[in-house]
Amino acid sequence: MHRRISEYVVESLIKLSGLLVIILVFLLFLFLLKDSLSLFGIYPLGKFLFGRHWLPISEPPKFGVVPLFLGSLYVTVGAIIICVPVGVASAMFIAEVAPKALKHVLKSLVEILASIPSVVLGFIGIIWLGPVLRDVLGLTTGMCGLTGSLLLAFMALPTIISISEDAIVSVPRTYKEAAFGLGATRWQALWRVILPSASSGIIAAVMLGIGRVIGETMVAMMVTGNSPVIPKSILSPLRTLTATIAGEMGEAVSGSEHYFALFAVGLVLFVITFIINFIADAFLRRARK
Amino acid sequence: MKLKPVLTVLAMLLLAGCGKSIDPNEPAGFVQIKGSDTIVNAVQKVSEEFMKDYPYVFVAITGGGTGVGIASLISKTCDVASASREMKPKEIQLANQRGVFPKEFVVAYDGIAVIVHKDNPVNKMTIGDLHKIFTGKATNWKEFGGKDLRIVTLSREVSSGTHMYFKEEVIQLSKKDSTEEFSAQTLLLTSSQAIVEEIATNEAAIGYLGMGYVSERIKALLLAKDEQFYPPDVENVLKKTYPLSRPLYFYTNGEPTGAAKLFVDFALGPKGQQQFKETGFVPLGATIAQKDQ
Repeated sequence: MHRRISEYVVESLIKLSGLLVIILVFLLFLFLLKDSLSLFGIYPLGKFLFGRHWLPISEPPKFGVVPLFLGSLYVTVGAIIICVPVGVASAMFIAEVAPKALKHVLKSLVEILASIPSVVLGFIGIIWLGPVLRDVLGLTTGMCGLTGSLLLAFMALPTIISISEDAIVSVPRTYKEAAFGLGATRWQALWRVILPSASSGIIAAVMLGIGRVIGETMVAMMVTGNSPVIPKSILSPLRTLTATIAGEMGEAVSGSEHYFALFAVGLVLFVITFIINFIADAFLRRARK
Repeated sequence: MKLKPVLTVLAMLLLAGCGKSIDPNEPAGFVQIKGSDTIVNAVQKVSEEFMKDYPYVFVAITGGGTGVGIASLISKTCDVASASREMKPKEIQLANQRGVFPKEFVVAYDGIAVIVHKDNPVNKMTIGDLHKIFTGKATNWKEFGGKDLRIVTLSREVSSGTHMYFKEEVIQLSKKDSTEEFSAQTLLLTSSQAIVEEIATNEAAIGYLGMGYVSERIKALLLAKDEQFYPPDVENVLKKTYPLSRPLYFYTNGEPTGAAKLFVDFALGPKGQQQFKETGFVPLGATIAQKDQ
């Protein structure tokens, strides 16, 4: 009897914590939605979603989210193109190729990489990377999407490397042995057998990396120039969703149109990350089948 | 702020822990200052001097921009808001609605320096030229006697009082009904220091900031409203011949009391004003004669 009660208590506690997460996410969404809807009472939804100008302190203000959305999109896509191949390749090297001593050194270095504060990276971007890119590529300014992409790729690397490496290491040894037994070279075994078996873990790593990049604020705010313009290419200055919220929240008096507009931007960001997670989940499930 | 007594007690405990006994006649307290990034360094210096005189009053200073300071004054999260522009009627109205009655103090004067890279051959400009550049109507340094380079315009974020002032004076040329905006290509940087860093390394860049930030690493342009060009210095800001001059403010909720009053009085007094002078601003009592001495 006693045992049944304690079992019941533990079971309900676990159930409760599970429910709590769902409730929290739901409440967060409601909170964002409530304040965003206050904006759409005074500012038309269509103009917000498709407006091409973000001029929050003008008279009358314009809250077009398109330039901010494209800014975030450019920076994120750029960062992913840079960090996914490098990250997965490093993971393959650390997990399968590197000698044991080197492996330990590399693993701890990756961990150190993960612990660099983003504001430090932003500072490096302003002082060094921006000017270098400007001179090398002949740009008018180094404060552009590419600088942001490179630094954000750098930030996402540790996530991608360590999770992919875990996925590769956890592929059963027998797979590799069977591949060698069939006469495969080391490369063939790695590329055709181990990598596909670890693919679900690698996709999860990439998705977490994307999450890290799209939500990162400090670096984006410091090095991308923050021009609220529809970017022509990744080499021009742009303004991300996150930097807009961080840069303007301090001065937006609560309850004003500007304040609600920033909540609406937060809602857009929330929806984007939700979709990314949803896609990641779908991929993971397919990989498992 | 409910936190204040707690913080004061904590601060006292900290000091007591250091073996010092507190003289009960010494004023003690905590002052939170938020706002203008333009004068954040100057206010920091003032507070350092202040804490030498009043060792039991603790001063915390945050920058972020005038807008941040005013917003937190309205929401009662700071004792003193520093500002590089006047509060707008709309903001005062909002403050009154929330039971905050801002009291204004002019603490110093400032000229907004327009700065370029040291190797830029352009030395002077009119307000009209600046208007063309910052609204995107002129895009090449050639038009102003410079090199054949695309102009990169730098501005502060929208929370900056300097941004607002520059927008009114240069972008909209002081016309109330103007709807002109900064060119969308303008980079919006988060601090005055970030503008200095970019200008110091980019020959094509032009930006603006409080004259306290001018150093040998960058070059400040001579400006003219009409024909006569003037540099941004103490003399021309005082005489108002430099076209982009403005006062800098402190705002408090009603008449300041306690520690906040001590601080405001100190900042307005000779020792405080000396710090404004040393950080590159124009102190209140300054006259041209003083400067010549």
